[in-house]
Amino acid sequence: MHNHKQMKKDIILGGVGGQGILTIATTIGTAALLEGLYLKQSEVHGMSQRGGDVQAHLRISSKPIASDLIAAGKADMVISVEPMESLRYVNMLNKESGWLITSMNPFKNIPDYPTIEDLLKEIWKLPRYITIDAEKTAKDAGSIRAANIIILGAAAPFIGLKYESFEQAIRAIFAKKGDDIINMNLKALKMGFDYAQKHQ
Amino acid sequence: MNKILLLGDEAIALGAIDGGLSGVFAYPGTPSTEITEYIQASKEAKALGIKSEWSTNEKTAMETGIGMSYAGKKAMVCMKHVGLNVAADAFMNSAITGTNGGLVVVSADDPSMHSSQNEQDSRFYGKFAMIPILEPTNQQEAYNMAYYGLTLSEKFGTPVMIRVTTRLAHSRSGVERKERIPQNKMHLPGDHNQFILLPAMARKSYSGLLGKQSAFESDSETAGFNTFYDGDDKSLGIIACGLTYNYLIENFEEGKVPYPVLKIGQYPTPSAMVNSLYEAVDEILVLEEGAPLVEEMLRGLLNKGKKIRGRMEGSLPRAGELNPNLVAQALGMPVSEGYEIPSVIKGRPPVLCDGCPHIDSFEALNDAMKPFGRGHVFSDIGCYTLSALKPLESIDSCVDMGASITMAVGAAESGLSPAIAVIGDSTFTHSGMTGLLDAVVKQVAITVFILDNATVGMTGGQRSAALGRIEDICKGIGVEEAHIRVVKPLRRLHDENLAIYEEEIAYNGVSVIIPRRECVQTLSKRMKLKAFEKRNKK
Repeated sequence: MHNHKQMKKDIILGGVGGQGILTIATTIGTAALLEGLYLKQSEVHGMSQRGGDVQAHLRISSKPIASDLIAAGKADMVISVEPMESLRYVNMLNKESGWLITSMNPFKNIPDYPTIEDLLKEIWKLPRYITIDAEKTAKDAGSIRAANIIILGAAAPFIGLKYESFEQAIRAIFAKKGDDIINMNLKALKMGFDYAQKHQ
Repeated sequence: MNKILLLGDEAIALGAIDGGLSGVFAYPGTPSTEITEYIQASKEAKALGIKSEWSTNEKTAMETGIGMSYAGKKAMVCMKHVGLNVAADAFMNSAITGTNGGLVVVSADDPSMHSSQNEQDSRFYGKFAMIPILEPTNQQEAYNMAYYGLTLSEKFGTPVMIRVTTRLAHSRSGVERKERIPQNKMHLPGDHNQFILLPAMARKSYSGLLGKQSAFESDSETAGFNTFYDGDDKSLGIIACGLTYNYLIENFEEGKVPYPVLKIGQYPTPSAMVNSLYEAVDEILVLEEGAPLVEEMLRGLLNKGKKIRGRMEGSLPRAGELNPNLVAQALGMPVSEGYEIPSVIKGRPPVLCDGCPHIDSFEALNDAMKPFGRGHVFSDIGCYTLSALKPLESIDSCVDMGASITMAVGAAESGLSPAIAVIGDSTFTHSGMTGLLDAVVKQVAITVFILDNATVGMTGGQRSAALGRIEDICKGIGVEEAHIRVVKPLRRLHDENLAIYEEEIAYNGVSVIIPRRECVQTLSKRMKLKAFEKRNKK
């Protein structure tokens, strides 16, 4: 545990029900607790989990946190595992400093899904973004199922926590699944992290 | 002391465990489900012998809770807000009987209707029953209130309601535990007439409840959940109920609000505290999640005093969840804005999962109903309600648990033919069985589809009370055995199933078709667990 003088990060997580945005939230949350920070994490349960759009609000701070919800225009980051879903929350993003980090891999379960070109055009208009082919990178890391952790890695440079804390969190969260899964996820974290460092 | 990261729901569960709970009784319903699930999964609760098996519906849960209280132990009953409608008869009368062992009723409201058919405010039920209500601001208070609520209930010999809303129920934060209170030993009520609500005895019990009201209110003033924070700027006073207090202080640096604030977490509304705020300020803004309960009390019918602002007056929207931005707006503060959401974004409503058995059930039903057109299919509450949306668009109603069968009966009695009901296995045992008996007694021509996916699907795969019992129940109710048909909803069996559907729809009497195939979510969870166990054996 170490002391942050002042830190506060308000993060919106977006995706489609079943894509596992809560794994990202849990990993960041665990890393934040390892650093002795306060945390509030508002999740989505119930009907909206069934293949619909889902969001979670994750707030970490060196001071006690009041609201479970982030105010519109105040989010430091939007982290999304799906490109269209990332744009759904740009109204939450702080225009002065907010980062948008998203996968470029569409999840198409609606008939009128826009073209990926149109989506990227909108994302690339923002002053601060990382777009990453998370599925391909995850495959390179060992399994497409680590796409989440690729995105987490790509977001990691902007969260304000130590890289080692994320590693420690992954070890804790995947502990039951064995060393192979842990190492694969650590590799995914690193690949996402390196990509973001190069492309910011 | 170590803090544990808990959902609001889980904090209630742990607070109750530590508060000396002996049993939790509940039917799953978003956003309340995780309370009972936490207790079911807790090794501590298991070691303590705390009862936690699901009940068949909220009414049976409530009555079981009353029974445990009768026998002197502490009980908690949990449900979503609309579940309280189902439990209402037992709930209202439990206020009259009062309690022996402590009894806490948790009702989880869903403003904005994230996963519900309405956004009714359970505080009205608590007020209606004239019992104390606790409304937590955060996860720690959720823990504290469950812990304290069981004791408060015993202190006054009355049930206590905890009202929580989706946002707190499903948000995680650190919680500190208190020392565990031991469970009560079984002991019967001192007065043998306490739980007999015959008119003569009920009148006495009711006047007892009326007599306790001022004590409830003074507890509201002193228990510490209602707090007054003074402020220098007396042009406005703010009353913030439950978690709206968070949205308020979120808008001020270091949480320092310049106005006097009364934070309300316990009802009856503390009138002395409200009065001293009222006397000190020029006008009042009431922040409350759900309906304008406190605001309406303050304004009264004639609204002649100082200006009272809120959801009723229009400073805040009348419907939907509040948030920090809406509160900022009501305070006349600048409202932060992000980027405009580009028009290229399309809506993504929830859908049935790939491979879901309901899809095959409805595709066959749609084909069977083609000759009759829309307007014949009454449905119910569960994942299958999603068949109202594209591409299936199969059903014509969804009102309340069990209404599919009884609405079909009513429509058939009006001459609608065919009249079809579609209900899930768990919803059937929750509230469909009595309706089916009505159909048999009234001898109407309806066809009831009991979609049996062997679980309570929408809320995450809880045990269904209907498991392995549906045919016997239908037979016992009096449906003719020849007209209880079990099919397997699979694409490759479409034609075969369709023929059975058509046959039964044509039958002039009560028929039941049971499309039976396990929920793909619970199936995949089971397979994963199996693989995990196999791996660990090696």
